Amino acid sequence: MTAVQEVPISAGGNPIGFGSMKRVEDQRFVRGQGNYVDDVNLPGMLHSAILRSPWAHARIKSIDTSAALALPGVIAVLTGKDLEGIPRPSLLGDNFAWMPTLSYDTQAVLATDKVRFQGQEVAYVIAESRYIAKDAVELIDVDYEPLEPVMDAKRAMDPGAPVIRDDKGQTDNSITDVHGHKTWESGNAISTAEAIARAEADPNCVVVTQEVMYPRVHPAPMETCGSVAHLDKVTGQLTLYTTSQAPHAHRTVYAMVAGLPEQKIRVIAPDIGGGFGNKVGVYPGYVLSILGTIVTGKPVKWIEDRGENLMSTSFARDYHMTGKIAATKDGKILAVDVDVLADHGAFNGVAQPTNYPAGFFHIFSGSYDYPDAHCKVTPVYTNKAPGGVAYACSFRITEAVYVIERLVDCLAAELGMDPAELRLKNLLKPDQFPYTSPTGWVYDSGQYEKTMRVAMEIAGYDELRREQAEKRARGEYMGIGISFFTEGVGAGPRKDMDILGLGMADGIELRVHPTGKAVLRLSVMSQGQGHETTYAQIVAHELGIPPEDIDVVNGDTDQTPFGLGTYGSRSMPVSGAAAAIVSRKVKERARIVAAAALECSPDDLEWELGRWSVKGDKERGKTIQEIALLSHSSLELPEGVEGHLDATAVYNPPNLTYPYGAYICVVDVDPGTGVVKVRRFIAVDDCGTRVNPMLVDGQVHGGIADGIGMALMELIAFDTDGNNLGGSFMDYLLPTSMECPSFELGETVTPSPHHPIGAKGVGESATVGSPAAVVNAVMDALAPFGVRHADMPLTPSNVWRAIQGNPIRVDMAIE
Amino acid sequence: MEISMKINGAEVTHDVEPRTLLVHFVRENAGLRGTHWGCDTSNCGACVLWVDGTPTKSCTMLAASAAGHDITTVEGLEKDGKLDPIQQGFIECHGLQCGFCTPGMLMTGRWILDNNPKPSEEEIREGISGQLCRCTGYKNIVDSIHWAADHPAENEVSA
Repeated sequence: MTAVQEVPISAGGNPIGFGSMKRVEDQRFVRGQGNYVDDVNLPGMLHSAILRSPWAHARIKSIDTSAALALPGVIAVLTGKDLEGIPRPSLLGDNFAWMPTLSYDTQAVLATDKVRFQGQEVAYVIAESRYIAKDAVELIDVDYEPLEPVMDAKRAMDPGAPVIRDDKGQTDNSITDVHGHKTWESGNAISTAEAIARAEADPNCVVVTQEVMYPRVHPAPMETCGSVAHLDKVTGQLTLYTTSQAPHAHRTVYAMVAGLPEQKIRVIAPDIGGGFGNKVGVYPGYVLSILGTIVTGKPVKWIEDRGENLMSTSFARDYHMTGKIAATKDGKILAVDVDVLADHGAFNGVAQPTNYPAGFFHIFSGSYDYPDAHCKVTPVYTNKAPGGVAYACSFRITEAVYVIERLVDCLAAELGMDPAELRLKNLLKPDQFPYTSPTGWVYDSGQYEKTMRVAMEIAGYDELRREQAEKRARGEYMGIGISFFTEGVGAGPRKDMDILGLGMADGIELRVHPTGKAVLRLSVMSQGQGHETTYAQIVAHELGIPPEDIDVVNGDTDQTPFGLGTYGSRSMPVSGAAAAIVSRKVKERARIVAAAALECSPDDLEWELGRWSVKGDKERGKTIQEIALLSHSSLELPEGVEGHLDATAVYNPPNLTYPYGAYICVVDVDPGTGVVKVRRFIAVDDCGTRVNPMLVDGQVHGGIADGIGMALMELIAFDTDGNNLGGSFMDYLLPTSMECPSFELGETVTPSPHHPIGAKGVGESATVGSPAAVVNAVMDALAPFGVRHADMPLTPSNVWRAIQGNPIRVDMAIE
Repeated sequence: MEISMKINGAEVTHDVEPRTLLVHFVRENAGLRGTHWGCDTSNCGACVLWVDGTPTKSCTMLAASAAGHDITTVEGLEKDGKLDPIQQGFIECHGLQCGFCTPGMLMTGRWILDNNPKPSEEEIREGISGQLCRCTGYKNIVDSIHWAADHPAENEVSA
C-alpha cells in the first residue's frame, strides 16, 4: 500500500508523485483569467430571464405576455402552455412542459396548472440584453388563485392537508420511489426494538430519546447556476456551456429531455465557481436555455441571480429526526433507532443512487461498536423548492453523522460521562475492519482511537476541561464539542449504484505523446478541488513523468470519457483510482516496448520510478520518455502489440471508501446576548493516502467553515404563507472571516485497502463532520442552564431563548 | 449616455444605458471579466474593484457614478509580466480553490497591505470581512496576505 514517502522533485520544482504542490489552475485565476459560464459570450448571443411565482401554492388562471412581447428588444416569451405545444420525440412524455428528475419523479419546466413553491418557474423571456429580459419579466401579468400552502412536513402528513401533486393523481402528499416504497428502512427493526425495550426495563441501562432537526440550508456557491446554449441548425449540434458537476450525466439527461440524439450534444462545464452539490441537478433554467436556442436559432444565455439561486435551485437537509439511543449505565452503547420525516419539497428532485432513496443516511450507526440499529425514513412533498441532496452532504451522511453525534452527546449528558470518554469506550477497534455495520455497510479500514487521541492531544483536551471548570465557577460559559464521523464515499459499485439507470463507474483516458508528455482526460469535474494538479500527481506517481509535463482535461463531454461527475467526495475514490489504473496500463505497455528495445523479455525488466531496466543490470534501461518515443518509432514490436502507449480504463469501485475523522470545537458563549464565538476548531482527518496534503487541508478548511455556518447562522426558513425567508445574502447568512477561527489540523493515514493508491476522498468530510462538533460545543457550554438540545442554527436569539428554556422551533413554518 | 473612465490606466468610453451597473460596464463593455458578480446585495464582494484606489463593490455602483474616475481591476495587478506579491501569495498559500471570490479578495488584500504593510491576523480578517469565500474557510486567504506582506515587490517600500 502506498504511503507518502521521499518523493523526487522535478526540474519544475514539483513532486514527481504525492506531496504538497502549488496548483496549476491558480495561474489563470489570480490573473482574473478564469473562464466561468457568465464569461462565455458567443456571436449573436441572446439573454434570458425567468418569471418566478410569488406564491408557494396557487392555481394559474391566466398569463398575459402581450406587454412583455411588445417591449423593444424582446425576442420571445415562453409559458408552460407554449411548452406543452412543443412536441418532444422522447420516452419521457410528449412535450416540454415537464422534465424527469434524478429520482424518477417529474418536475415542471414552466408551470402549467399550478405553482408549487415560491420561486417556481412560470415564464421565460428571451431578449437582446439581460436588462431588457429582466424588464420584460416585470411586464408579464399572471392571474393566480392562491391555494393553502403546505409549509411543514408534519402538516403535509395530515389527512386533510392540501394535495400538492394532483398532477400525478395523488390523493395525499406521500412520495413513492421507483420501487414502489413510501418509506425507506434499513437495519433490523425487530432486534433494535427488542434491544431498546430490554434496556428500558433494565435498571442498569438507559434509553435517551431526542428530536433533532437538521433544517433546510443551501450550498450557495459564490457563482450561481447558469448556461449558454447554442444549437447549430445546420449540423444539429447542441453545445451547452453550463455549471455542471456532472457533464456526462447531464448530456444523457438532456438527450432524454430534449429528445436530441446524444452524439449531437456537447456539454462543456467551464471553470465552476464552487458547486457543493448545487450544480449536480438539472434545473428548468438549463432546459429553458436549450429551448431558447431551439426557438430562436441563436445562442441563449441564462444566468441565475442570487435570489433565484437561494429560492429555486437545490437545497439541502430538511430532515426531522427522532433518535433513540440505548446504553448501559457505564456507557456501552447497545442500540440506536432513528425515525425520519424527510421534506423533499414540491418535486422529488433528489440526486442520489436509485437504490438509496434516503441517500446514505443508513450509515447513521456511526463509528461505534454495537449490534442493533434501525432507521425509517418517510419522505413527503411540501410547497418548497425541490432538491434535497446538496451542500457537500455525501448523500445524506451529514444528517446521519449529525443525529448520531448529537445522540451520543445527549447520552453522555444523561450518564454524566465525559463525551470523549464515552466515544473512546465505543469506537470500533482496528482489528474489527473490514467491519460490517448493523445496517450492512462494510467499513474498509480505520484506527479510530488513534485518530481521536491525536485530536485530543492537539486540543489539549484535559487542560480545556480544567479551564472550563474554572470558568464555570466564575460564571463564564465555555463549551467543548466533539464529533467523530465515518463516511462512505466514492459511489459506487455498479451492481449497487446508479443514477437514472447510469452506473457509477468512471472512465479515463491517458495519452502519452512521442516526447513523453501526457494528457489525462477525466470524466469528473472540478469546481475548485484542483483536479488539474492532483490528477497529474497521480500519473506522476505511477509513471515518473513530471506533473508539469501532464495536462489534465475535464469538463468537456467531447474531450473526455463518460463518467458520473464530481460530488459526494467521489472523485478521488473513483476517478483517482481510474487514474492510477490507466497509468499502470501505460506502464505495462511501456514494459513491452522497453523489452523490445533492450532485446530482452518483459519479465526480465524491473520498474523504478520513470524507468524500466534489466534486473541486475540497472545501467541497461529506458526512461518512460525514451519509451514513449520508441513506441511511436519503427522499433519492431512483438506479434500482437500495437505500439503507442495510450490507454483507457473504466473504474468500477468494489466498495465505497470510508474516510473518517475526529473534530473538536471550542466555543465561548455570552449568555446575555446569546452570541457564540468559535474560539478553536481542531480537525484530524484520516482520508487514507494524501495525494496533495496542501489541497487536502484546503478542502477541510472549507468544510469546517460550512459547518460553522450551518451550526450558527444558515437557514432557509419559511413563513406559514409560504414565503421563503432566506432568499438573499441579507437574510441567508454565511460565515465570514470573523466567524471562522484559524483551524488546527492533524492527520492519521490509514490507506483504503481496496483503492489502488489507498486514497479515500476528503472533499465533503469536514462539512459532514463539523456541524455536530459546533452544536455539541454550544450545548456543552449551556449545560449549566439545563439545556440538552437546541436545533441549528444557533443564532444569538436562538441561544438566548434556549437559555430561557424556549429554543426556536425550526421544524415548523414561522407564523 | 456616453461614459468614460480610466480602467487599469487606459481610457474607456462606451455609450450605455444610464442604469448600467459598474460591474456590467467593466465586464461587458470593457470586456474585463476578472471582476465577478455574485449576489446583487453588496454582501459577497465577488465584484470588488478599486475606484480611485479604494475597494468598492461594483454591483451596487452605477457606471455613471464612476465616470471620470480611476478604476483598477484584478487584470491591473500584474505589472510587466510579473505577478504582484498578493497574487503570488495566493498561489503559495493555496488561498483559492474555485477562484470566483479571488479577484475581489486580491484587490482588498493589496489595499490592506498598501495601507498597512505589516497587518496582524485580526486586521486582515477584519479587512476581508465584507467578502465571502465558500471554499477556503478564509485561513489560507489570511496566510496568503501575510505571505505578500513578507515578500514585498522590489519596487515597493517595505515597512
